[in-house]
This record gives sequence, C-alpha cells and structure tokens, in this order.
Amino acid sequence: MKMITAIIKPFKLDEVREALAELNVQGLTVTEVKGFGRQKGHTELYRGAEYVVDFLPKIKIEAAVDDALLDQVIDTIQTVARTGKIGDGKIFVSDLAQVIRIRTGETGNAAL
Amino acid sequence: MNRAIITMLTAVLAFGAVAPAAAAPVVNKGDTAWMFVATLLVIMMSIPGLALFYGGLVRAKNMLSVLLQIFMIFSVVIVLWCMYGYSLAFTGGNAFIGGFDRVLLNGIWDPATAAFSSAATFSKGVAIPEFIFAAFQGTFAAITCGLIVGAFAERARFAAVLAFVVLWFTFGYLPIAHMVWFWPGPDAITDAASLAAATGQAGWLWQQGALDFAGGTVVHINAAVAGLVGAYVIGKRVGYGRESMAPHSLTMTMIGASLLWVGWFGFNAGSALEANDVAPLAFINTLLATAAAAVSWLAGEWIVKGKPSMLGAVSGAVSGLVAITPGCGFVAPMGALVMGLLAGMVCLWGVNGLKRLLGVDDSLDVFGVHGVGGIFGALLTGVFAAPQLGGQGIFDYVSNKMSADPYSIGKQLLVQAEAVGVTIVWSVVVAFIAYKLVDAVIGLRVPQDEEREGLDITSHGESAYHS
Repeated sequence: MKMITAIIKPFKLDEVREALAELNVQGLTVTEVKGFGRQKGHTELYRGAEYVVDFLPKIKIEAAVDDALLDQVIDTIQTVARTGKIGDGKIFVSDLAQVIRIRTGETGNAAL
Repeated sequence: MNRAIITMLTAVLAFGAVAPAAAAPVVNKGDTAWMFVATLLVIMMSIPGLALFYGGLVRAKNMLSVLLQIFMIFSVVIVLWCMYGYSLAFTGGNAFIGGFDRVLLNGIWDPATAAFSSAATFSKGVAIPEFIFAAFQGTFAAITCGLIVGAFAERARFAAVLAFVVLWFTFGYLPIAHMVWFWPGPDAITDAASLAAATGQAGWLWQQGALDFAGGTVVHINAAVAGLVGAYVIGKRVGYGRESMAPHSLTMTMIGASLLWVGWFGFNAGSALEANDVAPLAFINTLLATAAAAVSWLAGEWIVKGKPSMLGAVSGAVSGLVAITPGCGFVAPMGALVMGLLAGMVCLWGVNGLKRLLGVDDSLDVFGVHGVGGIFGALLTGVFAAPQLGGQGIFDYVSNKMSADPYSIGKQLLVQAEAVGVTIVWSVVVAFIAYKLVDAVIGLRVPQDEEREGLDITSHGESAYHS
C-alpha cells in the first residue's frame, strides 16, 4: 500500500477527484494549504504599502492506494492536474505500513 | 455651518432691542424634516460607514477593536456633547469658546410653557428646532473623533483611546468648532452696525472671514492632525515595514466607503441647515467632486503602479468627499469637478510620497487622505468660491445679496490659510499634550505580545470571524 500526497492548483481539484473516482480510488482527503515552490509568490499593493506574498494557496490531496493502482493514479494526477505552467505542484509517494477501517476493524487492502 | 442659537423667548427680545424690524424666525416642517434625514445620514456615515471602511483595512485579528473604538467613541462623544459640548461650541461666549447656557441641553425646552427654542440658519427669518440642530452638530463631533483612530489602529489600548478622545474633544474639537462655526445668526442684521455686532459675537475664525461650509478645518484637518500626532507619539506597529499588514477585507472597506459617500450628502447638504437652494448645490458638488476624485486617483494609480485597485477607487472617493466638504456650498459644480480631480491626485501622493517622507506609521492613512485632502480643499475653497470662477462669493446680510465688494482670491486664500494654520497648530498642541497625559496615566499601547496576538482577543475577548 502506498500513501499518495499531491499538491495541486486549487481549480484542478474537481477534475482530479473525478478522474480518481473513475480509477476506483475509494477515498480522498483534501486540505487547503499554502506554500511555495519554484513559482514563488506575487506582490500586492495597498496604497503606498507593497507586500510580497510568499505563500500561494494550493490544494493537498491525500489518498491511500493499493500497490496495483499506484502507477495509474500517479499518471492520472499528473495528466489531469497539469497545465504546463510553473506552479502545477508535486506528487509525493510513501510506503504505508497499515490501514485500519475504524467501523469494522478490517485491516490492510481490505480497509482501503 | 453656522449656527445661531436663538431662544424664542430671549433672543427675540434681545435682538429686538437692536433691530426692531427683525421678525421672529419661522420653523418650517420641510426644513425640519430634511435636517432629520441629514442627521441620520451622518450617523450612518459613522456607524457603520466609517467603522467598516477602517475595519476592512486592518488585519482580521484587530477587526472588532476598530469597530468597537468607533462605535464607543461615537457614543461617548454624543454623551459629552449633550452634557457640555454643544453649549461650549454653539453658544456665545468669547471668540474662542462658547458659554454654559446650554449645559445639559438646558433651556432648549421649557415644559412649563411647552416652548421649544429654535436655532438660526443662514437665511433671515428661517429657523430650525434647536434640538435637531444640536443633534446634527453632535454627529459631526462624534465622527471627527472617530476619524482619528485610523492613524494608530492595531496597537492602542482601548481605555487610552477613550481617555484621549474625552480630552481632545473637549480641548481640541470644541474650541475649533466654536471659532469656525459659531455666529448668532443673520436675523438681527439690518445695517453695518448690526452686522458688526453680530460678527463681533461670532467665533474668531468666522470673524476673520474663513469659509468652511461643512467642516474641512473643524472635522478633517483637525482629526487628521490629531491622528498624525498620535501615530508619532504611539510609535509604529510591531513588524511595520517587515511583515504583511495587508487589509483583511476590502469588501468591507468598499461597503464602508460607499456608506460614507451616501452619508456625506447629509453632512454636506445638511450643513445648509435648511432645504433651500444651497443644499442642492452642496449635494451636486458632493456627488461630482467625489466621482471626479475616484476617477483621477484610479487613473493615477493605473498609470503609475500599473493596476487599478478597489482600494484606490474608494480612497479616491473619500479624498474627493474630504476636499469638497469646506467648499460644497460656495463653489460652482465645475469648480467642484476641478477640486475633485486635483484632490484625487494630491491624496494619492499623500499616501505614497508624503507618507514615506513623514516616516510615521499612520496605519490607515488618516493624514494622507483627510489631512492632505482637507488642507487642499480648504485652500481651494478660497479660490473657487470666487464669483470670477462661478462661485457664490461672499453673501452680504446687510444688502441681502452677494457682496458688491470685489472678491479677492488672494486675500481669501490668505484667510483660508490662516484658518488651516490655526487648526493645525491648535490640534497638534492639544493632541500632543493629551497623548502624553494619557500615556503617563494609562499607557497608550498594549503590550507587544498582545499586539501580536491581536486586540480582538486580548483587549475584548472576542473574535470577528470563526472558521
């Protein structure tokens, strides 16, 4: 099992969710986050005061998936969330030691 | 503005002795109704107009502190106004401060005889009920004191703000209001001697011939200077210049500025004190100058900074409102147009170049907008009031028409500059002493950790927004 953590542009969220649902990914956790990468920030001007905004709003998606689905999920996110412009985000993949469904006590792949 | 306080009982007798021809002033229901509307509009300007305009410009953690300061300053000043403020500003005393005849609003209503006194207007034989006159002028005092807090927003101790306002209202606002606006009214004026007698009872700057229709000196310059001194004495916000202090809701600011604009018709057109021909003149000037200033500020910003902004548009509108205030009942609409266009550009400089020059953390640019716009408007009033430029000139109450003496722009400009100078000096001195006094007794600033956490939680125990 793998944990996929993807940082994407906020307006891409719906497309990514739909595409992942078609792959039979059973669940997603979404968080509104801020951060910076190569895109850097922008400046805002309020009368005479100029502020550099370093952290831009992004969406963080977390999904636990079966190893068999991993490549498809990564491909899908990369294809759907891509605009080709700087700031499209990143996908992080990590090993997942255990998953437990709280209601039934199922573990491992059965709990995904 | 003006003000003549005439008691039905005493004034007619007193003035009657001088000028037997003067008829008892008549109260008209239309005038009275208009003054109710105007007074309500000025209340709306303050709460919620000014409060939202300022509130949107601070960070979310200080939203309630600004709203509360303005709400409570309004309330405290109205109480003080009715206790002694009205009497000291708008009754005869000496040239610098009024008397105690109307302390606790005494003498306006006599329940025994069911007699209500009236206040003179700018027209002979026309009066309005003195209670609505007192209420109208009270809202001016309240919004003036409220304007100040924008200069030291986000760091002042709440108790210190209130204590300062009590002092500054008493020793700063009241004398200036009396000096600029008090006169006994036109009803007794029939010849040169009675004109001299009436003028002799007026406030000092009125006697000098200073023109201030709705409060350029009394309200805007006065408050802006007090604010600037406050920003200087209290010091910069923690993190100023290093951390982002971006406005948390320009949506609120736009709503507030729009309420200010609408309310300002009560402020300016209401200052005619009656529903006569001058009120619509002040109305159209307030409409036109404000729109022109919004256009010129936005255009200037677009050219210089590259983008037209919402904050720029509303700041421009407010600068136009401020600038046209002293002249709105004296200048012609095309004069108002020019004043508005110039005010937008001058105040844009006020919040950029001048602000950097001053090096003071005037949080919400009270001086850059109200001070610069107020000074500019007060001076230009002397120019555009000239009949040569379409203005009304000086009204002669002896001949009951425009003065036959040639209007000298240079001379009037000097008089206007004198009024501006006196207001600045007076307000600086009173404000400085008041801040130092409050600092010594209460402490002007909250502790640094409270400032970092935000005044809403640390000073007031509540939050504006819950996520």
